Amino acid sequence: MSETTAVSLKRRKRRINAVSVPAETIIHIIMILFCLFCIVPFIFVVIISFTSEESIRQIGYSFIPNEWSLEGYQYVMKMGTQLWRSYFNSFFITVVGTICSVLMCVLYSYALFRPDFKYRNFFMFISFFTMMFGGGLAPTYAVSKQLLGLHDNYAALIVPLLFSPFNIVIMRTFFQSSVPTELIESAAIDGSGEYNTLFKIVVPIAKPGIATIALFNALAYWNDWFTAMIYVRDAKQYIPLQYLLIKMQRDVQFLSQNSASLGAEAVKAAVNLPAQSLKMVLVVMIVVPITFAYPFFQRYIISGLTVGSIKG
Amino acid sequence: MSTAAVNVNTDLAKKKSARRKKTFMLTTMVLPGAIWLLLLRYLPMFGIILAFKDYKVYPKNPTLLQNIIHSKWVGFSKFKFIVASGNAWIMIRNTIGYNLIFIVLGLFFGVAFAIMLNEVTSKFVAKTYQTLMFFPYFMSWVVASYFLYAFLAPTNGLIPNMQKAKGVPADQIIDWYNYKKPWPFILIGARMWKGVGYGCVLYLSAITGIDSSLYEAASIDGASKWQQIKYVTLPHLKTMIVILIIMDVGKIFNADFGLFYNIPMASGLLTSVTQVIDTYVYSALMSTNDLSMSAAAGLTQNVLGFVCIMVANTITKKIDEESSLF
Repeated sequence: MSETTAVSLKRRKRRINAVSVPAETIIHIIMILFCLFCIVPFIFVVIISFTSEESIRQIGYSFIPNEWSLEGYQYVMKMGTQLWRSYFNSFFITVVGTICSVLMCVLYSYALFRPDFKYRNFFMFISFFTMMFGGGLAPTYAVSKQLLGLHDNYAALIVPLLFSPFNIVIMRTFFQSSVPTELIESAAIDGSGEYNTLFKIVVPIAKPGIATIALFNALAYWNDWFTAMIYVRDAKQYIPLQYLLIKMQRDVQFLSQNSASLGAEAVKAAVNLPAQSLKMVLVVMIVVPITFAYPFFQRYIISGLTVGSIKG
Repeated sequence: MSTAAVNVNTDLAKKKSARRKKTFMLTTMVLPGAIWLLLLRYLPMFGIILAFKDYKVYPKNPTLLQNIIHSKWVGFSKFKFIVASGNAWIMIRNTIGYNLIFIVLGLFFGVAFAIMLNEVTSKFVAKTYQTLMFFPYFMSWVVASYFLYAFLAPTNGLIPNMQKAKGVPADQIIDWYNYKKPWPFILIGARMWKGVGYGCVLYLSAITGIDSSLYEAASIDGASKWQQIKYVTLPHLKTMIVILIIMDVGKIFNADFGLFYNIPMASGLLTSVTQVIDTYVYSALMSTNDLSMSAAAGLTQNVLGFVCIMVANTITKKIDEESSLF
């Protein structure tokens, strides 16, 4: 008896300021439509990746293919070298890049977070200023390639994304909101060195913030194609997966536009691939790791975004 | 007496050296980042002089520095492309036009969806919506371009094949990648696809931070849902909206390169609707190898962007002290 009253009370309380039922229905319809808009392209590509080449030839890409097949995936397994090399590159760059960039970010933003750091304002400014002004693509490219030797090697794919002023703002804000300064002061009185304090005391407290930064960085590295497109021009062995996809598209266009000059053999070899489903298999291979990690890191990303939007 | 003074002295000296040590240690912490900033951000700023020189490789000693030193000064002649070529007007129009539309629509959909999501009774359902609409944010533009390609591809795409199945004659089937008209809408749609979920999450977290007693008070006073949105929700979001707009306005001359480079799949026929400053700078650098012109275009872009962000910030400061970015 009392239970039902409680339930009805609860329901009535919810109803006081809730939107009307028709209004909520409309909201649901809009939301469902938009969610479909967001997610259906991915589902479609997954379906295409499992479609047989024959079916694509007959009815094109379709949500209901005539014939399912694993031939795209089988081909990927056999194709070996370039593709797996690229897959490895993407993983390697993501892992190494994320570790290095997180370390740099934590160190930099921790020093900025310390109110008693003498050069705090200076280092804050030099980081913040680059958010508003920069040399531009061409000078950056010239300096990186010719002075720093960032071309056709792993460093070229990792170094340009190592540091992000935006992440510094997020991390520093996170330190400010979660680490009490008294803790650092008392650690100093106990004779703890600066690095010891940071890694033994502050880092464990700031774990959620660090996870956010790590995920931002991992995503940036995994999804990067621009750096590769600019700095990896000749050495095929350093091409990451994302750039491989761009190259495949452009190369097919290149082949079809220049078929006369290239000779029939090369064109034939390119045309005989299960090219249609193969591309989509690659897309799926890129997206699947993100999809699996997504539910776990969504929470962190959201908290990171929220913190980041607070005035820096 | 004298021992006390000595004690104080040594104490002071100790404190001083401790402080110095602390400053030193903290400086070593910022060092990796500072070196990165110096090499990859500040050094290129000196490269801006490239824009005022006619960059030529110096054959005797072809290092970057020597090349720059031995290249001829040409003043502002590398900036002529802005007035000289018809392309400049098109790409500037595209860059600003698209960005303005992105800002307005992104703001509208982000806020509207966040408010709607906040009204969904079941938290689980709301969470599911949020997860699904946030998904595209994690996709790269390369991947997104293939998502679109699956629908529009010339021979195999879903839409051309649906037309074929309906019996549309072959010459009337739309060749999407060679047909300009729908592309502004496609690009805007793609951008909304990727960005609205992000904006929505951002605004939603701000909305959930609003004290719920404000809404209760408002509803007891007889405020309708619309009035509550107008007088409680939106004023609370104001600061955040203003900051995000300032940041976007500061980037109004910087197009989303990935979007404009990848989504049209490099179709030359679409240039007049897809060319933006960034893609121009890129192709000037990579295809024509004109470092100076590319630097000039980039510099123009950066200076204008810098002015924009300053102006936007000053204006907001005048109107509302608290909302400004810095």
